[in-house]
Amino acid sequence: MHRENRLVTINKLVKKFDISGGFLDQLKFENKKIVRKKTFVHAVNDVSFTVNKGEILSVVGESGCGKSTLARVVMGLYKPWSGEIFYKDKRIDNLDNSQMLSYRKKMQMIFQDPYASLNPRMTVKKTLEEPLRFHEPSISNSEIEEKVMYVMEQVGVNPNWANRYPHEFSGGQRQRVSIARALMVDPEFIVADEPISALDVSIQAQILNLLMDARDNFGLTYMLITHDLSVVEHISTRVCVMYLGTVCEIAPVKNIFSNPLHPYTSALLSAIPKPGAKKKEHIKLKGEVPTPIVLPTGCVFHTRCLYADERCRQEIPKPMSYDNGQSYVACHGVEEKRI
Amino acid sequence: MMEHLLEVNNLEVKFKLRTGGLTAIDKVGFTLDKGERLGIVGESGAGKSVTGFSIINLISKPGYISDGEIIFEGKDLTRVSEDVLRHIRGNRISMIFQDPMMTLNPVFTIGEQMAETILAHKNISRKDALEISVEKLRQVHIPSPETRLNQYPHEFSGGMRQRIVIAIALLLDPAIIIADEPTTALDVTIQAEIMELLLELCEKNETGLILITHDLGVVSQVTEKIAVMYAGRIVEIGSTENIVANPLHPYTRGLIKALPGSRGTGEKLYQIPGSMPNLTEMPKGCAFHPRCELAEGECFTTVPELMQRGNFRRLAACHKV
Repeated sequence: MHRENRLVTINKLVKKFDISGGFLDQLKFENKKIVRKKTFVHAVNDVSFTVNKGEILSVVGESGCGKSTLARVVMGLYKPWSGEIFYKDKRIDNLDNSQMLSYRKKMQMIFQDPYASLNPRMTVKKTLEEPLRFHEPSISNSEIEEKVMYVMEQVGVNPNWANRYPHEFSGGQRQRVSIARALMVDPEFIVADEPISALDVSIQAQILNLLMDARDNFGLTYMLITHDLSVVEHISTRVCVMYLGTVCEIAPVKNIFSNPLHPYTSALLSAIPKPGAKKKEHIKLKGEVPTPIVLPTGCVFHTRCLYADERCRQEIPKPMSYDNGQSYVACHGVEEKRI
Repeated sequence: MMEHLLEVNNLEVKFKLRTGGLTAIDKVGFTLDKGERLGIVGESGAGKSVTGFSIINLISKPGYISDGEIIFEGKDLTRVSEDVLRHIRGNRISMIFQDPMMTLNPVFTIGEQMAETILAHKNISRKDALEISVEKLRQVHIPSPETRLNQYPHEFSGGMRQRIVIAIALLLDPAIIIADEPTTALDVTIQAEIMELLLELCEKNETGLILITHDLGVVSQVTEKIAVMYAGRIVEIGSTENIVANPLHPYTRGLIKALPGSRGTGEKLYQIPGSMPNLTEMPKGCAFHPRCELAEGECFTTVPELMQRGNFRRLAACHKV
């Protein structure tokens, strides 16, 4: 990919959460000595990738794999433990709050639950005005009004309802309002964290269509966090598969669905039930996802992988490029061509 | 004609509200044969859970069954006494709920909870009851069930908990299992495992299954029959294969067309406009008409009957089929 096409670049990003509690909780008795030990949840481990302009990059994985944490670190809602985040060519993870402001305007987020993410005591109009007033204090009231009406129309909410409160709207309408709020400040990059999973089936298609329309009309780039693989297949240009805080595979959507390389990707894909399709044998994984507090040695997936050998148990696999540099896969088995 | 294992006719459930009555489900009817698997699909608020609950009369106040009959093993469950019902619940008809953490009691061990269920219905010793429990845990592939029996629910992962709930549902070899969104709280890979297990056990024991879900994908892989519900009514019922391949009712058709993956990547998805009406403000005529492209004439005035339409071997409630 050309350098100028890069919008957001993430380099060796690590996020840990300290869950060791107070000083006394950290003391452990070991070998007849009292030692102070910290406990961490390893939510994101050494993740690197690039989001290119105009694409929809989907991050998929089971719950607890760190995809939402990743989204929040990229947005600057959590400070990374180590690693770098670049917006275009500017490093943004080490900026202070005031320097970060102009980037906050360019990067917006849509949350999962439209019941929780809208303030129940603010009318839709107030909710939509707030980001604009904050980021562009000089703008006049009539201009703001115009913008609110325009954006509401764009997302398919009747502008006459601007003075209503969130509880007067259905779930789908609320999600439209939260998309509208993200669009108010003309962002370039939108992180959508499970934007449709709280919605009813007949509403999901409406919101997906809206997201695709908004991309075309506003020239947006998305990072979409989801666990729904059929949505991913439909909407994304590239897919990033995560397991236990680590990226297993990043590849264009066609390659992932026609020829998944990483054994976890194959297992995940074989688990989606599709109406109409004859029941296919799904690849059964051994056991369950280990805890992110004590990560397995070597490849994080080795405890459940059908192809794991000694090397997988010892050595952490590095992402290698395949398919003419379009895909990146971190797997010893794929590298040794035994899978 | 062979007698059905379960026959629901004209079932109507109402809720008494301060503002007046509300019909949660209206004229719902279906049958289930021995070992048959029926899926009830619909959006939240369509009345699918209420249908499931009403079979064993678990509707709590202010709701009540106002009309219809539920015939199971020769008895009408809407008319029998609470004692008889108690003997059927958990014994002949058992239920699996959505969230296994809510279903299991956190302060009792798995073994105690399992033995309790058996002892409530069978006159056997506690030791025998625990033995049956171990056997059932083994059937749902819980490793080392003897030690696991003495553990508490929080010591199990989500997938394991749901398996335990399935094991409890199977304890007394019921004739029917009603599963209300059994995999919605679980991850995709675990979901596939649980569904496979449920399917395998139902097939082996010839247990009837009523699977309540909003996920058409799951339903189409597990069930033989589908009932699609909308705003408290069944709008289409028939064999899974037929409904998925060739849906008749515009709502079913819309649902299937709206699934991502039904069109080429990146293309716009088919969308059903609007959302389901509030049950207190039901539109006149067909409840779906405000969202329907085909609505005209009698759709606005008369509620369509659920009946066989044309030469199709299934029932649909739509004037335009």
